[in-house]
Amino acid sequence: MPQVTLTVNGKSHTVEVEGRTLLVELLREKLRLTGTHVGCDTSQCGACVVHVNGESVKSCTLLALQADGAQVTTIEGLAKPDGTLHPMQEAFREYHALQCGFCTPGMVMAAIDLVQKHPQGLSEREIREGLEGNLCRCTGYHNIVKAIAAAAEVMHGRRSEIARAAE
Amino acid sequence: MNVVVPFEGIGASVRRKEDPRFLSGRGQYTDDIVRPNQAYACILRSPHAHAAIRGIDTAAAKAMPGVLAVFTGADMAGIGGLPCGWQIHSKDGSPMAEPKHPVLAEGKVRHVGDPVAVVVAETRAQARDAAEAIVVDYEVLPAAATMEAALAPGAPAIHEGAPGNICYDWHLGDKAATDAAFAAAHKVVSFETSNNRLVPNAMEPRAAIGDYDTATGEYTLWTTSQNPHVIRLLMGAFVLQIPEAKLRVIAPDVGGGFGSKIFHYAEEAIVTWAAGRLGRPVKWTADRTESFMSDAHGRDHVTKAELALDKDGKFLALRVSTLANMGAYLSTFAPSVPTYLYATLLAGCYTTPAIYAEVKAVFTNTVPVDAYRGAGRPEATFLLERLVDIAAAEMGMDRIEIRRRNFIPPDAFPYQTPVALQYDSGNYHATLDAALQAADWAGFEARRAEAARRGRLRGIGCSTYIEACGIAPSAVVGSLGARAGLYEVGTIRVHPTGSVTVLTGAHSHGQGHETTFAQLVADQLGVPLAQVEVVHGDTARVPFGMGTYGSRSLAVGGSAMVKAMDKIIAKGKRIAAHLMEASVEDVEFDRGTFRVAGTDKTKSLAEIALAAYVPHNYPIEELEPGLEETAFYDPKNFTYPGGCHIAEVEIDPETGQVQVVNFTAVDDVGRVINPMIVEGQVQGGVAQGVGQALLEQAVYDAEGQLLSGSMMDYCLPRAEDLPPVGVATHTTLCTHNPLGVKGCGEVGAIGSPPAVINAVVDALRDYGVRHIEMPATPQRIWSIIHAKRPAAAE
Ligand code: FES
Ligand code: FES
Repeated sequence: MPQVTLTVNGKSHTVEVEGRTLLVELLREKLRLTGTHVGCDTSQCGACVVHVNGESVKSCTLLALQADGAQVTTIEGLAKPDGTLHPMQEAFREYHALQCGFCTPGMVMAAIDLVQKHPQGLSEREIREGLEGNLCRCTGYHNIVKAIAAAAEVMHGRRSEIARAAE
Repeated sequence: MNVVVPFEGIGASVRRKEDPRFLSGRGQYTDDIVRPNQAYACILRSPHAHAAIRGIDTAAAKAMPGVLAVFTGADMAGIGGLPCGWQIHSKDGSPMAEPKHPVLAEGKVRHVGDPVAVVVAETRAQARDAAEAIVVDYEVLPAAATMEAALAPGAPAIHEGAPGNICYDWHLGDKAATDAAFAAAHKVVSFETSNNRLVPNAMEPRAAIGDYDTATGEYTLWTTSQNPHVIRLLMGAFVLQIPEAKLRVIAPDVGGGFGSKIFHYAEEAIVTWAAGRLGRPVKWTADRTESFMSDAHGRDHVTKAELALDKDGKFLALRVSTLANMGAYLSTFAPSVPTYLYATLLAGCYTTPAIYAEVKAVFTNTVPVDAYRGAGRPEATFLLERLVDIAAAEMGMDRIEIRRRNFIPPDAFPYQTPVALQYDSGNYHATLDAALQAADWAGFEARRAEAARRGRLRGIGCSTYIEACGIAPSAVVGSLGARAGLYEVGTIRVHPTGSVTVLTGAHSHGQGHETTFAQLVADQLGVPLAQVEVVHGDTARVPFGMGTYGSRSLAVGGSAMVKAMDKIIAKGKRIAAHLMEASVEDVEFDRGTFRVAGTDKTKSLAEIALAAYVPHNYPIEELEPGLEETAFYDPKNFTYPGGCHIAEVEIDPETGQVQVVNFTAVDDVGRVINPMIVEGQVQGGVAQGVGQALLEQAVYDAEGQLLSGSMMDYCLPRAEDLPPVGVATHTTLCTHNPLGVKGCGEVGAIGSPPAVINAVVDALRDYGVRHIEMPATPQRIWSIIHAKRPAAAE
């Protein structure tokens, strides 16, 4: 069986895979990183989004072999080693941007990439359009959009912490 | 000691306890679980809507690498069919047709996706490869893919024992009184509508792992379920004949349900049974394509509705005749949905004195149809709220005024409707007023004019709805055909040092029970949230339960917890009286502290708990040690959330595209425990309602092929399809449960579809549009716009 060598959340792995094995299967089944989810079989839902070399990628749409030599970050690799959450994770909690949590890992990974690509900031409409590749069936997106807007402020240094204003 | 504790009790928007694990990828959903030596199942499904199975050749599949076994219906022949949990009787008193629903097809397949065989192999890929090598000799039969086709003379018979493909022909209400009111009416308004068939599409596909312990003879099933105890009961007693004591069902983290994970599905029985046969754990996980053709679908009604009015616009009577699609087999609660969860809601929030509804349930060669968020109530609300708007237009009355004129007044509660329900509380004027204000209804015409200058057609619409949830009094539903009780169970375990474990029969798959339920404990027992752990979803840990659906968790499950906590407090008082040498009647309890009334003698709950578990100084003669109580709570009535939803839409006449630009929901869900969570529930429900109104539809072709069988073909709402959703609550308390709560899980999906369609019709008012069917797709709207010139321009 062919081998693939890749770095996941800072740790190098060499794994034997079938030619048809998807990156998401490698992550979930071989490395047991089950935070990355599978919600569809047509690349529609984004539950599987991870970062490959810093860009958000649907890991169900990439063969494991295509990730040879890549740096992969999954939801498990976002928080600091001391457990401090990434501002995007923090914002999702503060703004109640998750219910069942199934879309959440992919949503968070996609949102981080979206924010990073827009250092000048994002309008509500741009956030909504930027989430085109991610489905959530629980939240109606309202709070996800708010969370991303708040996280963007912190990620770009315009605000020091995610704190939801009293409403 | 005076520590300022943040308020965590009833009414606080506490951030959720479950979030840290979900946000860091440490949730444990069924497919995340790997059992030692686990094998994988792949299910071969029928590609035909209706066919006889002449033979199945599994030899090649059995010889494939990694294959452990291939099973067909013949192997499982001794096993029971999937049971139906609700029996409806027809008008003539005869019981509904209830054909067997085999776990694996027996001689015939009846819908695309019907399970035919199962392969168990060492890996998922090997199981899938082998399934493709199974050769099934099908004799394709003519299919009835729609209700119209199934009811046509000479239609193919889907089941023996269901003549004419009719499951039941049921009715509710006073026909004679209704007919008389129609005969005397000033005006009759009628319309026909179909309620579009939907695919629930929880983001987590269904999955199941069966395990068998050869040492103890115990089976364990992990499954994506909203109600593990119900699955244990149905699968253990009816399908596999495994006694409860030898069957454990675990529903771990579940990624959304919306009804679709209530039901007992074939795959649960297959993996459990196969694990016993093979002596190895067997896992099955649906891919999304399988979900589309095997998860129960929702809605799918065709209805004719007529409203009789007097000259002042007062509703005199309502007559409704509905065809409800059951699909190919009866799913667990399917028969109840278009009957007792539908026709009973036809009074809405109006004083209509006479109502008569007839419902014919029809078998078709499609996936079974069952409860989906709202279940019956969205269908009732849609037709009623459309009919009210049509009536207003045809009477030349204002849409708001006609509603006000017919509302059940706030002082008329408890209010007995002519369709069996007794509403306990509500104030429909108040929720309407609040919504009109929040949505700036009065200022709408200016916005319409402004949009027109941009070339857009803008419309506004409202729906004033009521629903019944918190199901349900066991004796009542039993008399209506339910084959189960619908109480809930809660255990409160106060540990020796004062922390608390809650065991609840409700199940959380997004609702945030671990937080909300802990808030109840913080409020009633004064235990800090961080010291409360909520356990659900495991039949080995939770004594019993009926699960989560019909917005019942707080109203029924929460009430069980309150009752159990009452018992804890009562026992604690006796212990405290002993320790403080007072009489029990003199001991008061308030948020964590027992006090001898009028003194400064106090004991904390933790001190009482310690005394209960270390009973050195304890009234041991009259009181057992320990501090743990269980309560079963059987509700006295349904609960009746209601409210007003207002949608504002803009249509691009060039494309027919509708954009919802504003959405306002003002809901009366009774007492609110966690406002943040309630808002989230309403927003999520509204998103699904907007999806139903504008985007979603399961479509079958005439041969019974599911055309919208993937997320590429079935249009789920995405972020850019939805507006921000403004949510407010106006509370009247439920009068018959101890918390005063009503339920909020379904209101969004119930109230929103008619609000959106009423707005679309309003936007198109110059085109003489009377009604638009859901989903109001660009094509539908474009055709209307381009078929007719605006009335104003003629
Ligand atoms: S699993 Fe749905 S897009 Fe990857
Ligand atoms: S939180 Fe459940 S799908 Fe997004």
